[in-house]
Amino acid sequence: MAGKARARATADRLFAAFVAAGALPVEADILQPAEVLLDLYGEDIRARAYVTSDPLRGEMMLRPDFTVPVVQMHMAHGAEPARYAYQGEVFRKQEHLSERKSEFFQVGFELFARENPSDADAEVFALFADLLSPLSLRAATGDIGLLLAAVRGLKTLESRKAALLRHIWRPRRFTQLLERFGGRSPVPASRQALLAAQGTRPAPAPLVGLRSEAEITARLAALAEDAAAPPVSAEEVAFLEDLLNLSAPSVMALAHLRDLARAMPHLAPAVDRMEARLDALAARGVAVDSLAFEASHGRTTLEYYDGFVFSFHAADPALPPVASGGRYDALTAVLGAGRSIPAVGGVIRPGLVADLEDTA
Amino acid sequence: MSLKLGVPSKGRLMEQTFDWFGARGVTLKRTGSEREYAGAVEGAEGVELVLLSAGEIPRELAAGRIHLGVTGSDLVRDKLADWDRQVCELCSMGFGHADLVIAVPAAWIDVSTLDDLDAAAAAFRRCHGQRLRIATKYHRLVRDFLQANGVADYQLVDSQGATEGTVKNLTAEAIADITSSGETLKANHLKILDDALIHQSQATLFAARCADWQGASAAYRALAARLGLPETSF
Repeated sequence: MAGKARARATADRLFAAFVAAGALPVEADILQPAEVLLDLYGEDIRARAYVTSDPLRGEMMLRPDFTVPVVQMHMAHGAEPARYAYQGEVFRKQEHLSERKSEFFQVGFELFARENPSDADAEVFALFADLLSPLSLRAATGDIGLLLAAVRGLKTLESRKAALLRHIWRPRRFTQLLERFGGRSPVPASRQALLAAQGTRPAPAPLVGLRSEAEITARLAALAEDAAAPPVSAEEVAFLEDLLNLSAPSVMALAHLRDLARAMPHLAPAVDRMEARLDALAARGVAVDSLAFEASHGRTTLEYYDGFVFSFHAADPALPPVASGGRYDALTAVLGAGRSIPAVGGVIRPGLVADLEDTA
Repeated sequence: MSLKLGVPSKGRLMEQTFDWFGARGVTLKRTGSEREYAGAVEGAEGVELVLLSAGEIPRELAAGRIHLGVTGSDLVRDKLADWDRQVCELCSMGFGHADLVIAVPAAWIDVSTLDDLDAAAAAFRRCHGQRLRIATKYHRLVRDFLQANGVADYQLVDSQGATEGTVKNLTAEAIADITSSGETLKANHLKILDDALIHQSQATLFAARCADWQGASAAYRALAARLGLPETSF
């Protein structure tokens, strides 16, 4: 396995390539305030990030990635459009005994631009594909924007759509919710009893804690509304499942999505965006005929992508992705204090690149 | 070199551990003054008794500083990552039963399941601008459980004792704690969720996989025969 010096030298080389592609070099602190990351990722991040306490600044985390500080920096005083390159160590706790490293280098490239998002997606992907081409990696792509559009277009309660959107990055929970909203799994006995007794049951104990009577009443009303609403139609559930399971070369996937959009017209704008992206990728020399597309790619917790997603993999399935990235427009709004800007970017693990170069 | 056996140093857990070994012909006892943490073993050759806080036994096992240890199965799962690769569960001892559960105010008539808790957490965050707080000392077990069940928008706050009181004291909205009868929960106006039994704990005899077993294996074989334990190697 390549040592730190080799990983750093490889990082320098990739970083120089990003700068040559027009990126401004930026730095980020290793110690990041934990609060921002916890609010963004939830408690799950504690299992992956090293948390430490600072006597004056409170809980801090060893940076688990660069995206958040780079976005914050851009939102505070960045010019537009902007391209940034960065490199350095990131830290990830490993909760299982394995060869996976808890400290490794990342080199990244981020592009913030309001105009022509399809071409921005293509620019980032083509840059990564070109830099990694000597390694003969397998590329995988997806588009979370399609899933978001499909859910937003369901003919059902807004509260159900909001619940599905909130869990789009948790596939198991998403499926559970879809089963229930589709009327395919039974309503829990406790819920049935509650709905049957609506308003007639005295509170079994005095209310303690911060959650108020009004919040309980509001949720009871939401539950009643949900119980009265018809289930999501079997047809809509089937189309959604068809979409989630779609895995094909990009050009074939696009044709299939066109078919799906005839049944789910609200999908059409997202399919148009995918087509524009494939055109932009082809114009930059990417072989889109064979580029793998999986609709569920990128649906993992601790992610924030909401559009195009991509990753590059070595032949050994035990290795983590050599590179990954995607579009994260919503994240800039979350961190932008009222402002937002479309953004797309990705990272490469230079240590893995060095290992693969050694074995090539 | 002797085989080091770590057992809880005080309270009911210590007494029941001594009884369990005693019933199998191995006498454990404390020696010296009542306040001195020293012990002796009779009825098993080459076994050295180490009296420890039950909460420290998982760590001592993981470090291999003791060969065998008695502690709650909840503590081992919570304190050790990949616990079953670090220690081997030799025998459930049939006492010290407690369930690790999630409890919420009983007045939350709209919340009975994890699904409800997740929905309430989302609404709570919208309403209060902060994630719903769950007080616990079992951080790993609770986080893994909630993650596996797709609950989001919560935060764990540390509570090392009197956890049932945190909701009334407004330092948490819900709790995850061990309970045996549920009486303390009830007295604090809390109820257990229907589907949030995280772990059923009991006192358990563990072996350390990374301890130096050379020189301790003869003592282990003799002890294992006495106690009816598996004759494995670690």
